Amino acid sequence: MTHSIPPSDVQVPAGRLRQILEGDVFHSFSKSLVTVVSAVVIVVLVAGALFAPLLAPHDPYDLTTISLLDASKPPVPLQGSDPRFLLGTDDQGRDVLSTIMYGARISLAVGFSAVLFAIVLGVTLGLVSGYLGGRLDAVIMRIADIQLSFPSILIALLVDGISRPLIGRESHENIAIFVLIFAIGISSWVQYARTVRSSTLVEREKEYVQAAQVIGIGPALILWRHILPNVMGPVLVIATIDLAIAIITEATLSFLGVGVPPTTPSLGTLIRIGNDYLFSGEWWITIFPAVLLVILVLAINLLGDWLRDALNPKLR
Amino acid sequence: MALLDIRDLRVEFPSRRGHVVAIENLTLKLEPGEILGVVGESGAGKSTIGNAVLGLLEPPGKVTGGEIYVQGRRLDTLPEESKREVRGREIGMIFQDPLTSLDPLKTIERQLIDTIDCHLQVTREEARRRAVALIEAVGIPEPEIRIKQYPHQFSGGMRQRVVIALALCAEPDLVIADEPTTALDVSVQAQILDLMKDLCKSRKVGMILITHDMGVIAQTADRICVMYRGRVMETGRTREVIDAPTHDYTKSLISAVPRTDRRVRRFPLVTYIEAASAKPPEIDLETHWLGKARDFGEHRDVLLRVSDLEMRFVTRNAIFERDRRYLQAVDSVGFEIKTGEVFGLVGESGSGKSTIARLITGIYKPTAGRIEFAGADLTAFKSRREAAPWRRQTQMVFQDPHASLNGRMRVSDIIAEPIRFHRLAATNAETDRIVCDLLDVVGLGAAAAKRFPHEFSGGQRQRISIARALATRPRFLICDEPTSALDVSIQAQILNLLKDLQEQLQLTMLFISHDLPVIGQMCDRVGVMRHGKLLEVADTEKLFHSPENDYTAHLLDLMPTLS
Repeated sequence: MTHSIPPSDVQVPAGRLRQILEGDVFHSFSKSLVTVVSAVVIVVLVAGALFAPLLAPHDPYDLTTISLLDASKPPVPLQGSDPRFLLGTDDQGRDVLSTIMYGARISLAVGFSAVLFAIVLGVTLGLVSGYLGGRLDAVIMRIADIQLSFPSILIALLVDGISRPLIGRESHENIAIFVLIFAIGISSWVQYARTVRSSTLVEREKEYVQAAQVIGIGPALILWRHILPNVMGPVLVIATIDLAIAIITEATLSFLGVGVPPTTPSLGTLIRIGNDYLFSGEWWITIFPAVLLVILVLAINLLGDWLRDALNPKLR
Repeated sequence: MALLDIRDLRVEFPSRRGHVVAIENLTLKLEPGEILGVVGESGAGKSTIGNAVLGLLEPPGKVTGGEIYVQGRRLDTLPEESKREVRGREIGMIFQDPLTSLDPLKTIERQLIDTIDCHLQVTREEARRRAVALIEAVGIPEPEIRIKQYPHQFSGGMRQRVVIALALCAEPDLVIADEPTTALDVSVQAQILDLMKDLCKSRKVGMILITHDMGVIAQTADRICVMYRGRVMETGRTREVIDAPTHDYTKSLISAVPRTDRRVRRFPLVTYIEAASAKPPEIDLETHWLGKARDFGEHRDVLLRVSDLEMRFVTRNAIFERDRRYLQAVDSVGFEIKTGEVFGLVGESGSGKSTIARLITGIYKPTAGRIEFAGADLTAFKSRREAAPWRRQTQMVFQDPHASLNGRMRVSDIIAEPIRFHRLAATNAETDRIVCDLLDVVGLGAAAAKRFPHEFSGGQRQRISIARALATRPRFLICDEPTSALDVSIQAQILNLLKDLQEQLQLTMLFISHDLPVIGQMCDRVGVMRHGKLLEVADTEKLFHSPENDYTAHLLDLMPTLS
C-alpha cells in the first residue's frame, strides 16, 4: 500500500482508548516479547499479593490453623511432602506459598509507598528549585549533593536507627512500616529532584510559560498546571526502576532485622528466617521467597528499561 | 555532460500508517558554475533532495525510484563506503545552522586540514597552506591567526564562512547549501550570499541552493526550481519565473511575499496552498463579547509611554559587585504608542526588541526606567494582585507556535485559562461559549476546542495563540515575531487576521519583527533598534523612503527584493 499523506490532514483516531492502542508506545510494547512477559509476570504477582486473603491456601497469621506437626515439610514432588503445602512449610508449620503471598503484599506496599513518597518530595523540591532558582535552589541542591555522597541503604539504616529510641519499643511495632517507608523514600528523593530540576530549567524558558506569566498567573499555579505535566515523563521512568530498588532496599533492611517486625513478615524477613535453616537442609524456606523477589525485581526493571526507551523519541 | 543529473527520483518514508512520498518524479540538471535555487514551503521535500544526493536520508527514508548521476557516475546505487568518499570530495555541504555544524572541540585549522587530508593526496604543509588560503578566500581577516581559533570565537556570520570553507576545502564540483542564511541576520545574509555566488563562479562549482525565501533565490540563483509537496511545479531561469510565473502555485507564492514598494490593505490570499479562511465574522463591539465590558474606560492619546528603560542581565554572578558581568539588553529606550496605533520595532537578533516586549508584559523587571500604561506606572506595582487588572489589558502573541502552547492541555483549556483566571465569565457554560466564539473569530472553528495543540499546523497554532491573547479582552496586543516561524503563504493569512482584528477591536499594537517588508505592511510608525538602543522612530512611509539614521538606510539597502 502506497499513498502519500499530506501533512495537513493526518487522521487522528477518535477516543482515548483507540488513541492509546494505535499509538507508538503501545506499538513498541506489543513488539517486545520481553516487555510483554515482564508485564504479565508483574500483573500476576501483584494480583497474587493483592488478593492473598482470597487466593492463599492458608492464613499464616491465623495461629489456630497452624500445627507444629506439619513443620518442615518439603515442597510437593519431594519425599515426605504433603499435598496441602505446595511449596512446603517452615519450622512452625506455616505454608510457605501463603507466607510468600502475604509477604509480597508487605514488600509491594512498602515499595510503592516509598516511591510515591520520594516522588512527591523530590518532584516538589525539583520544581521549586528549578523555577525559582537563586539561593533556595543552591540550598536544596547542596543538601541533595550531601545526601548523594552517602549510600542510600546507609541513610535508610540511619533513619530507622534514629527512629527507634525516639519512638519507643512498644509503639515502634505499630508504626514500623511507616518508618520504613519514610526511610526508603527519604533515601531516594534526590534523583527525582535533580531530574525534575533540570527539566524545569528547560521548560520555564519556553514561551507557553511566558504566555501564562503574561496572563498574570502566579508561580504556584504555573508549576502545577503547566510545568509539572511536561516534566513527568522521565519521572515515570525513574519511578519504575526505583520501585525495584525500593523493594530490594526493604528486603535488605528486613533481612538485617531493622525492617518490618517479624509478626508481619515481608519477603526480606522470610529470607532471613529461612536463612537459619539453610544448613539444616530446609532450603525451601529461604529459596522460594528469594526467587520470587528476583523475578519481581527483574520484571519491574525490564519494564522500566522498555519505558525509558519507548518514551525517548530518539530511540524510537 | 551535466554536473548533476537527477532523473525521475522518488523518495519514500515508509511508516506503519502507509508510505509518505517525500519526492515524486523529480528530474533536475545542473551545469558546472551554475546556481540552482530550490524553493518551496516546509514539507515540500527541498532538503530531502540534498540528503538523497548525499546518501544521507534519515532512516527509514529511502530512494525507491530514479537515478542520480554526478559527472556521469551513478550515485544512488553505490555502496555506503564509496558514498562516503564522494561526500566531501565531490559534493560539499553547507548546513543551516552554523552554531551546530562545526565541531566545538577542534580548531578551525584541524577541521579544515583533517578534511583536506582525508580526501586529497597532499602533504601536511600543502594542506595547511590551502586551509589558510581558503579562510582568506571566504573573507575572514587575518587568516593566519584566526585559523588557530575555536568555533566559539567566531560570530554566526563568520562561522558560516568557515562552514563554506569546509565545504569547499576538498575542491568538490558540487555544493549543496541547505538554507545557508536562514539563521543569519539580513546584513550578514547579504554578505554570505555574495560570497557563495563569487566562489561558485570563480571556481566553476555547481550549487544547489535550498531555501524558503524567494528574495534570497531572486538575488542569487541562475535558475529556479519551485517545489510543492514533493513535486516540481515549475523550473526556469530566475528572472522568467519571478517576472512571469506560469504555474498557479508559483504565482501565489510570489504574491504572498510582502511588497516593499507600497502598502496594501490586505495581503493577497494564497488560495492554492490551503483553503484560506474567509474574513472573520464582522464583530459589532457594542453587542459582541469581545467589546462588552471593556471596563478599562476610555483612554485617548498616548496609551503606552516608555521612558529611559534599561535592562541588563547578569551573565556572570559573583558575591562582589566588581566581579559581576552584565549584558546591557536594553539601553535607555524611550517611545510612545498612541491609542489605536500599530507601532513596529525592527532590528537584528540581539538588538533587544523581544526584551522590551517582555518588560512591558512584566515577564522581566526593568533595571531602570518607567513604563506608563494608560496613565499608571507598571514598574511601581508591589504585588501581582495589584498589577493583575493592568496585566489583563496587555496580551502577547509569541514567535514559536510549537513552544507557546502547552502540549498537555486541550485547546479549549488553553483559551479558557485566562478567562477563568481573571473571572471574566460567570459560569462554565459561558466560558465554553466564549471559547467557541474566539475560535470562530480567529478562523479555526469551534470544533478545534476538543483537540490538542500537536494536531495543528504552525499557522493554526498561531491562530490558537491569538485566540488566547484575545481571551482577556485586551486593548494592547504585543506581537513578537508572530510569523517568522511560518511559511510565506501562512504568514499572509496570519498578518491579514491580525490586521482585521486590530481594526475591528480597535486594538493598539506593538509589532516586533526582524523582517522589514512585514513591518512596512503592518505598522503605522516604526522604531529601529540596534545593540539595545533605539536609533530612530519615524512614520513607516518616511522611514522607508527617507531614513535619517545610517543604520536604517543600511538595513533598507540589504532588504532582499524580488526585482
